Parts: sequence; C-alpha cells; structure tokens
Amino acid sequence: MSDVLAVAEHRRGELRDVSYELVTVGSQLADATGGDLHVAVVSGDVDRYAEELDVEGVDTIHTVEDGEEFNHDVYAQVVEQLYDAVDPQVLLTPNSVNGLDYGPAVANALDLTYVSDAVDVELEGSTLTATREMYGGKVETTTEVEADAVAVSIRSAEWPATEAAGDAVVESFDATIDESAVKSTVTGFEEVGGGDVDITEADVLVSVGRGIEEEENLDLVRDLADALDATLSSSRPIVDNGWLPKNRQVGQSGKVVTPEFYIAIGISGAVQHVAGMKGAENIVAINTDPNAPIFDIADYGIVDDLFDVVPALIEEFEG
Amino acid sequence: MKVLVTVKEVAAVEDEFQIDGTAIDEAYLEYDLNEWDDYAIEEGVQISESVDDVEVVSVTIGPERSEETIRMALAKGADRAIRVWDDSLEGAELLDVEAKTDILAAVVEEEQPDLVLSGVQADDDGFGATGVSLADEVGFEWAAVVNDLDLDVDEGVASVHRELEGGVEELTDVELPAVLTIQTGINEPRYASLRGIRQAQRKEIAPMTLDDLGLGAEVADSDLDIVDMYEPESESDAVIFEGSAEDSAGELAAVLRDGGVGQ
Ligand SMILES: Cc1cc2nc3c(=O)[nH]c(=O)nc-3n(C[C@H](O)[C@H](O)[C@H](O)COP(=O)(O)OP(=O)(O)OC[C@H]3O[C@@H](n4cnc5c(N)ncnc54)[C@H](O)[C@@H]3O)c2cc1C
Repeated sequence: MSDVLAVAEHRRGELRDVSYELVTVGSQLADATGGDLHVAVVSGDVDRYAEELDVEGVDTIHTVEDGEEFNHDVYAQVVEQLYDAVDPQVLLTPNSVNGLDYGPAVANALDLTYVSDAVDVELEGSTLTATREMYGGKVETTTEVEADAVAVSIRSAEWPATEAAGDAVVESFDATIDESAVKSTVTGFEEVGGGDVDITEADVLVSVGRGIEEEENLDLVRDLADALDATLSSSRPIVDNGWLPKNRQVGQSGKVVTPEFYIAIGISGAVQHVAGMKGAENIVAINTDPNAPIFDIADYGIVDDLFDVVPALIEEFEG
Repeated sequence: MKVLVTVKEVAAVEDEFQIDGTAIDEAYLEYDLNEWDDYAIEEGVQISESVDDVEVVSVTIGPERSEETIRMALAKGADRAIRVWDDSLEGAELLDVEAKTDILAAVVEEEQPDLVLSGVQADDDGFGATGVSLADEVGFEWAAVVNDLDLDVDEGVASVHRELEGGVEELTDVELPAVLTIQTGINEPRYASLRGIRQAQRKEIAPMTLDDLGLGAEVADSDLDIVDMYEPESESDAVIFEGSAEDSAGELAAVLRDGGVGQ
C-alpha cells in the first residue's frame, strides 16, 4: 500500500531514457512513503531490460514476457494485474506517446485519479502534489490529489536519469492475457523524414514558427537563412500546414538538432518543440511575447516583431 | 455509420495577463476551438464525404458561450451537435479526466457511434487523456496520437499511423468501434465557407443536462484540486537586446558574426 509502481518504456530493442527518469521520481516517492519501488518491464527482451534497469533505488523488477513490442491492449491488462498484485500507493507511467496510449485506460479501469504530464511530484502522507503546466506553458499549477488511488504520468527530461548500479530483485510476472480483448495489432514501423536536407547536420539553423502567419512570408526567413548561410527548419505548425516538408520539423516528433546557433523566429517554445532543440549551443529567440517560454532557454533574445527584426538582420549581413 | 467528434472550446491567454487566485483573470482569455479538435472535425467530415451514409455528430461540454465554437464544427460539415452543460458544472474549477470521461461515456451510450474522434490534447489544460479513458469506459478499442487514418468500413477496421517520438510512426490496425485521438497535420482543416456558416445556423445544437444523461451532480466533483497557479519563474539568463529593431538586429548580428556566422 505504501509502494510505488513505475512502468518502464522501450522501443525497438532499447529502453528509453524516460525509464531511468521514472526510477528517479519513483525512488523519491518511495522514500517519502517508506515503501518499495517496483519497476515493471513488459514485452521484448525483458531479461536484458531488467539487467539494465537494475539501478539505485529499485527494489523489485517485474518482467512480463508478452510479444516483442508495445501493444496497448496487452500493456493495459498487464499493468492492471500488476497493480492488483503490488497494491501500490502511486502508479507512475511516462507521458510519452505510448504512455498516453495505455495510462488513461488503466487509470479508468482501476478507478485511479489520473494526473498527466507532471513536471514535479511530491508526496506527503496521503496527499500527492503535482506541478503541471497549463495554457501551453504560460502558467504552472500546483495540483493536489488523494494519493491512495492515483496514477501520474511524468514529462520526460524533467528529472535526471538514475544510473548508479542497484541490487534489485528480478521476478517474472505471469500475466493472464485475455486474447479476445486484444483488438489492435501493430503491423510495423515507418521512419519519416529523409528528403532534401539533414537539419541535424547544420551548424546554423534559422527556425520559423507560427508567428510567420502566412506561407508567402516564409520567403523572409529563407532570405535570412541565405544571408547567414544557414539551414531552414521549423516548428510543427509550419509542417502541419504543408509549408515545409516533415524533415524540417524540430521537436519531439521531429528531429533533435544540436547546431551552434539556433535562431527561433516566432516560435513560442512549447515543450514538444524544446525537446528537439534545447541541446543547441546558442539559442536566439525573436518573439513579440516577452513571456514566451522560449526565452527561458534562450541565450540571446529580441522581444519585437519579427517583420521588423528579420529585415533589419538581413540588411546587417547583406547591406 | 456514425462518427462522434468531441470538441472543446479552449481559452488562450494574451501575452500580458494576470492571475486571479487559481485561475487566469477572465479579462485576459480569448476563446477558440481547440487546435487538435479542428483536425478531428475535418477527419470526420472527410469520412462522411468518402463513405456513404455517414452522420457526423459533434459533442462538447461547455457553457452557452461555447455554441459559437461548436457552430464552427457545424459550419465545416458536422450534421448536428450536442452541448452538455449543467449548473453543477458551472462551479467546477476543473473538469478532470474522470468527469469528462463519465459525461462523454453517457453521450456515447446515447448515440452509439461506430467511431469517436477526439483531439490528442486540449490546448488549455493539456491532459491528453480523455479519448483513451473514454474508450476504456465504453469498452471501445482505441489509438492515441493518430496522424494517418485509413478506414475499412466493411471489415470494421481502422488502419492508423500513431506518431511516436523521434520521427517514427507505428502502424496499427484497430477494430471498430473505436476512439481515435487525432494529431495535428493528419489533414488540412477547411475554412468554414459562407454557405457552411449560413447552413450551420439551421443545424441543431441539442442542449443536454447531466440529468438528461442520467448522471448526478457528483460527476462534477473533481479529485484534483488546483491549490496554486503562478507564472513559472524564468530561469532565463538570456541577453535581451533592447531598442529599435535596427539596434537590436545590429547587436544580434555582432554576436552572430563573433560566432562565425555569415562569413
Ligand atoms: C504529441 C505531440 C507532439 C508534438 N511534436 C512537436 C514537434 O516535434 N515540434 C514542434 O514544434 N511542435 C510539436 N508539437 C506541437 C507543440 O505542442 C506546439 O503546438 C508547437 O510547437 C507550437 O509551434 P509554434 O511555437 O510555432 O506556434 P505557437 O505556439 O503558436 O507560437 C507562435 C509564437 O509566435 C509569436 N509571434 C506571433 N507573431 C509574431 C511576430 N510578428 N513577431 C514575432 N513573434 C511573433 C507568438 O508570440 C508566439 O510565441 C507536438 C504536440 C503534441 C501534442
């Protein structure tokens, strides 16, 4: 009842970083409850995953052999059964695309209150306090919930990954899968991207977001990219609109880039965008909104209209 | 075949705003259709245009003001709409996933759709969970973060792409009835035509209370309690260039040149 159960994530043969971040959160919570941290790893090469997940703070690793890859119908059943077996105070899942594909279903089935996308979690007695963002990161909220029936999905890259070696007990868990309830079949994977340029190779990226307003206005940032001898990239809405091909998209579902200079023009800095560019050596932001989250990670900023600043900047290099 | 599209009117915050207690002061909010739901509506309407005998019903949970938003769904081609509201929801500070699940599940029971389309997340509260939770509640199959949909009505199968992280898509076949949460970029949402807007005036927006749906006021009770709201402390140590656009562009240019850019 005072334990914590965290569900690791892997894809195509590799544990994802968020698994080790879940351990960090989980062991903090288990410290607060005085209970144990249980980690579950489901499907794929579970024995190897268990070895890799044996890091500091983990008490028990439950391995569940079932299929190669993530299938939410299987995950939902397994996690529900493990929850009943472990009877934890808190269930932790990643707020990843796959986490969002089974976490809410499990929470509903088990009648747990679901708190998604937490960027901080604390536990005091039977009250769990989660910090969440609202309105695209413009505000943060402190949210309280009774913690004896709660599932929390955690945002990736908010906690350090736990890496130090541990001495967890590995137990194989026999879940009973009702095959008739498995109504989805994963048939394969597809890489998107490729195309004309590889933005991950660029030293300088001029990156454009929704602030550009119209497709015609892209010429302005193209001119800047030319003047700087830089490569053009963008946030998601530009690609969604069909104004640039998918291989130009920076972010969680796009490319992760690490240029020397990343010049974000009319980009707010939503978390899914930042996931792709925070490793840039120098981040430059041009945005009319002084509160835009992009300024939190920028090294240099101009709070002004891009339609005034960009022409002036082109002039500087070409004039 | 019936497609139910869940839509939400979301609040966007102006650049400058004030927080009043644990909410943003109304004066600084602007309401609009949730971005992700726009793509869900478009997907529903496209299905109705390519498959015979499809009714697209749109549902929202929201006060009277939100009729403006749901009318956009009607103007874009949804056949009719349902708006659920109740005095007991009025006072609720936050409708959590559970509350939305219960209400939408009651609508699904009533309407018996073959397919439910919802947005991946709502721009304001960002839970990203209602669609999948709803699927579990009503016993439908589901898929989250769908950016490609190929529907085989005869076989009762939706072949979808789920957009994972890092430019990888998962290809999955899902049995109907199902709930799909729709990702932006799956299609190109149309603008409502003048004709569509005129027609929307004549389409039905059925108001429903919790009572109409056989639900009690306790549905609105949230297990989540927002106890504080604040602007995130900026950890920024950014050098901000001030002055006219020419001045700040000049200073930025110097930094870029120092870094070897444009030479
Ligand atoms: C599962 C999932 C995956 C996602 N993956 C990605 C991803 O890979 N990459 C990605 O980018 N997004 C991704 N998103 C979307 C993300 O949440 C945001 O919606 C998106 O990043 C916003 O793009 P933006 O900053 O260009 O637009 P907005 O957030 O609309 O910001 C536009 C900015 O432009 C500024 N602006 C407006 N006019 C001007 C002007 N004249 N001059 C200067 N500034 C101006 C505004 O102040 C604002 O800050 C994903 C979302 C989900 C749910």
